[in-house]
Amino acid sequence: MATLELRNVNKTYGAGLPDTLKNIELSIKEGEFLILVGPSGCGKSTLMNCIAGLETITGGAIMIGDQDVSGMSPKDRDIAMVFQSYALYPTMSVRENIEFGLKIRKMNQSDIDAEVARVAKLLQIEHLLNRKPGQLSGGQQQRVAMGRALARRPKIYLFDEPLSNLDAKLRVEMRTEMKLMHQRLKTTTVYVTHDQIEAMTLGDKVAVMKDGIIQQFGTPKQIYNDPANLFVASFIGSPPMNFIPLRLQRKDGRLVALLDSGQARCELPMSMSDAGLEDREVILGLRPEQIVLASGETAGMPTIRAEVQVTEPTGPDTLVFVTLNESKVCSRLAPDVAPAVGETLTLQFDPAKVLLFDAKSGERLGALGKSQPVENMGNVTRLNRN
Amino acid sequence: MTSLAAKPSISLSRIAIYAVLIGAVLIYLIPLVVMLLTSFKSPEDIGTGNLLSWPTEVTTIGWVKAWATVKGYFVNSIMITVPAVLISTAIGALNGYVLSMWRFKGSQMFFGLLLFGCFLPFQTVLLPASFTLGKMGLASTTTGLVLVHVVYGLAFTTLFFRNYYVSIPDALVKAARLDGAGFFTIFRQIILPMSTPIIMVCLIWQFTQIWNDFLFGVVFSSGDSQPITVALNNLVNTSTGAKEYNVDMAAAMIAGLPTLLVYVVAGKYFVRGLTAGAVKG
Repeated sequence: MATLELRNVNKTYGAGLPDTLKNIELSIKEGEFLILVGPSGCGKSTLMNCIAGLETITGGAIMIGDQDVSGMSPKDRDIAMVFQSYALYPTMSVRENIEFGLKIRKMNQSDIDAEVARVAKLLQIEHLLNRKPGQLSGGQQQRVAMGRALARRPKIYLFDEPLSNLDAKLRVEMRTEMKLMHQRLKTTTVYVTHDQIEAMTLGDKVAVMKDGIIQQFGTPKQIYNDPANLFVASFIGSPPMNFIPLRLQRKDGRLVALLDSGQARCELPMSMSDAGLEDREVILGLRPEQIVLASGETAGMPTIRAEVQVTEPTGPDTLVFVTLNESKVCSRLAPDVAPAVGETLTLQFDPAKVLLFDAKSGERLGALGKSQPVENMGNVTRLNRN
Repeated sequence: MTSLAAKPSISLSRIAIYAVLIGAVLIYLIPLVVMLLTSFKSPEDIGTGNLLSWPTEVTTIGWVKAWATVKGYFVNSIMITVPAVLISTAIGALNGYVLSMWRFKGSQMFFGLLLFGCFLPFQTVLLPASFTLGKMGLASTTTGLVLVHVVYGLAFTTLFFRNYYVSIPDALVKAARLDGAGFFTIFRQIILPMSTPIIMVCLIWQFTQIWNDFLFGVVFSSGDSQPITVALNNLVNTSTGAKEYNVDMAAAMIAGLPTLLVYVVAGKYFVRGLTAGAVKG
């Protein structure tokens, strides 16, 4: 077990070609679970291959513990990896697959037998040990691939989209199991995925990547609640965050965003007081669960009446779509209170939760993690047309 | 599949199809039948009957005489073919492994150039090869002939193995590298055990090519070191004495039997190997 630190890691496939990885800086503590998440082509798999030593970096350093492993070959880095395709050796039995790495490391046979037994018990694959990978189901192959990684007891575990070849139900099961196992074994783990739910649920730390650059590195909570830019905000969360392009105005000495549903209008006071924001093209971001039905308890929050255009019942929630400022906006409501299509409902926002992004650069406006609670909430003016 | 299609009825077109097929089969088989019949006839029998007539007396005298004549050359052919096939297949496997899984800068170009070897006619390499063998002191030796066959066969064997190995997921090699295995360990313990179909294809292909080769044999060997194809030619083309067709035919059959045998034994792998692109890792 060890810490992992990436210091200004760069990777390019040749002069003149765009950088595949650019100034990657991150570090995780011993036993932490790091998620690299991003759309395909963002460099997350390349970064993982660089950590594994399967690809060389062109700048910076990769530290495992106190050791710079940048120039080492994969076998000397003491790393184990689980591949998306599992990469089980097809001609070997499950037992031989697990033993392979141990034999190469010249462990004696009695220790190998003990290790195989331990791992097989841990993963409940004892009855499969004499089978060939081709005779196993996807979920079983996945376990064997994990077993092969666990048997070596390496310093760091790498997982390259290990669940993406499983069907939806099994994927959720294995996700929970993987988390359980990590809680039990406390292994330092790097996990690549394009699935933002896996990122949120599994990670201690999440690095959101795009175009070879880390867009944000933080805890899942920070990433979700305090996205650094429009990309992170849109990538994390399902259904995705609502984005409403608009121009901020100053009213009674404070910044407001004017929302218009066609039926009614409302002013959303901004928590930031930055003068530079006035009259500026911004994108307002609101998570679907932060748009709720107006109720008496939270009186004083801005509300707006709007007509329901589409509803999507998912079971636990019903997604209700309305139009605000000509943008489609999704609200996540409990199924028993969700209205039908064509009905008018009153939605309510918490201005403190509203995020602002620069329309051009996509950067977050207002300091990260410092959104102030809005004062004088009672003074919000509401303009109802009808 | 067409299991739901209507039962085939006997129609005019179907009769025509079978007639054509049977005709084609006969055309292909007649030479073999003639050879077999003739080889078991006595010389007098050959003089009197026609080509397709049954021997009046089945005799193995032609086979015995043919074997006595070509026996040494048959052994020569084995001494040439077996090492040439094994070496070219082994090197081809290693080449294919490198070109598909350990790509280096320019490896695609290297492979492209290597493919030229598949399209070079034998005749174009005769002079340079002969010159090279002479310089190496291998002219007219079995070793020299083996070398020529190995070099000429490499383009094909490399192509076979490389194309088979590109269908094996890279992740296997990556996993093995992380497990601590090196270049040759991965090749021996992981890649080779998966290669049976393509090894068979390569063996059959190379065996057939080298065993049946005449041109390299006639150019790069002489006298007692000649392969059976050259010996057969010499036997059939002798201008002295009476033509012994039964001996010629028996000798030709002897020369052709090994390739037939190889195909019968390993043929199922050949078909499987040719469609090996669909094999998953």
